[in-house]
Amino acid sequence: MREVCIIGCGMTKFGELWTKSFRDIFVEAGLKAIDDAGVDHIDSMYVGTMTSGLFVGQEHVGALMADYLGVAPIPALRVESACCSGGMAIHQGILDIASGNSDIVLVGGVEKMNDGADATYALSTAADQEYEVYQGITFPGLYALIAQAHMHKYGTTRQQLAQVSVKNHYNGSMNPNAQFQRKVTLEQVMNATLVADPLTILDCSPVSDGGACLILAPLEIARKLNKPIIKIIASEAATDALALHQRKDITTLNAVKVSAEKAYKKAGMKPSDIDVAEVHDCFTIAELCIMEELGFCEKGKSGKFVEDGNTALDGKIPVNTSGGLKSKGHPVGATGAAQAIEIVEQLRGSAGKRQIKNAKIGLAQNMGGSGASSVVHILKKLND
Amino acid sequence: MPSPRYHREIPQRYRLEAEKCKKCGKILFPPRLICPECGSKNFEKVILPENGKIITFTIIRVAPQQFEAEVPYAIAIVELENGVKITTQVVDCKPEDLEIGNSVKLVFRKIQEEGKTGIICYGYKAVLV
Ligand SMILES: [Zn+2]
Repeated sequence: MREVCIIGCGMTKFGELWTKSFRDIFVEAGLKAIDDAGVDHIDSMYVGTMTSGLFVGQEHVGALMADYLGVAPIPALRVESACCSGGMAIHQGILDIASGNSDIVLVGGVEKMNDGADATYALSTAADQEYEVYQGITFPGLYALIAQAHMHKYGTTRQQLAQVSVKNHYNGSMNPNAQFQRKVTLEQVMNATLVADPLTILDCSPVSDGGACLILAPLEIARKLNKPIIKIIASEAATDALALHQRKDITTLNAVKVSAEKAYKKAGMKPSDIDVAEVHDCFTIAELCIMEELGFCEKGKSGKFVEDGNTALDGKIPVNTSGGLKSKGHPVGATGAAQAIEIVEQLRGSAGKRQIKNAKIGLAQNMGGSGASSVVHILKKLND
Repeated sequence: MPSPRYHREIPQRYRLEAEKCKKCGKILFPPRLICPECGSKNFEKVILPENGKIITFTIIRVAPQQFEAEVPYAIAIVELENGVKITTQVVDCKPEDLEIGNSVKLVFRKIQEEGKTGIICYGYKAVLV
């Protein structure tokens, strides 16, 4: 298997992009990534999108994007794993290069959620349609079920949940691509409109439009370019029961745990080796559970871990320096790719005011639904 | 909802029909073609108990279109007496009064309807006991 590197990346601003179409959003990100990599061709591409059929009535997305990117007739495939689609598109691109099938691969994702579709319904299709959605559950509702169980079992507080939102909005206030470039206070989060108790609107990631793309290449090609070499040292995925109620423990995201354990093993690393992480904070409770599954803190202790500042920009392990899904925005198909881009920026040293000093190893964790799919990437900056 | 899709789930939703794995004893709801615990493909039909406990719950305040008229409503994961867990609304109560650990019983209710021309969909909801 060949070793794979990230040689370019590009993304659109995330937000309500009323004047931009689904296809133009992806192509804008793709062109920026190609430009950043400085390549004159690509061999194949993988496009993550969760439910473009429901959001904009468009399927057959691989071919559409290859056409509008001006790279047809190269092979192009749409990858779907709910909110984990972008991360899984990267995973597929890595396999394509590692196997020797392709050299230069474009991977990324896109979602256009603000074109008038019922977003609550569209997102709910990532849950069990017959035994969860049928009963009236929503995505904020599923994560609220996890939050209530976590609070009951471990004593996690309402304030600790809110701290995740406060931290991520603070980070996002320094990210020019973020949907919400403003800070929020604990009181604002806790007193905001309830969506599904105990979660308020400020515990929830927003409905967003956006695209993000990366260019992958084998190590031997990356070495010839005159820029920092960012190598992908692990890309591991896992699954769990789709329905939350079918899991043994409601507060355990086993797909995240398994994908992380496999990734650490592949990279020969442990949680304390990670300098910076982007994780799937679709709801504040998700970031808490993920801290535990990634091994950043003990099971049940994530509330205090975050409250004590361990995951802040100047903390032991800065998490979601980009602002996370909460503040940067969550165009579902694009999210996994945008997470990897933030890690690349941090490792290259180009993250501006959000820059973590001497970041050498970064982790990106992307998941789908209420955690039924997860992929973990570990990236390393090689010595020049 | 297309009526064949609705019709197929009737044994589970109306009569709480489940399957018990003949090899390892795991109860599967809804039924599956293969046991996720032991890989067996041999099952016998069992009926779920109606009684259970709330292990977690929330109050939905922003709902998809077909449930919009009902907000706020409570929805819970209920663990039935045989260990099977299900997601269900909890009704005939003030949602704010619910607590984890509350005992509930499943009852047959209308779940949703699809406008003026769609089918009316039934199934189980929980009430406090
Ligand atoms: Zn079995």
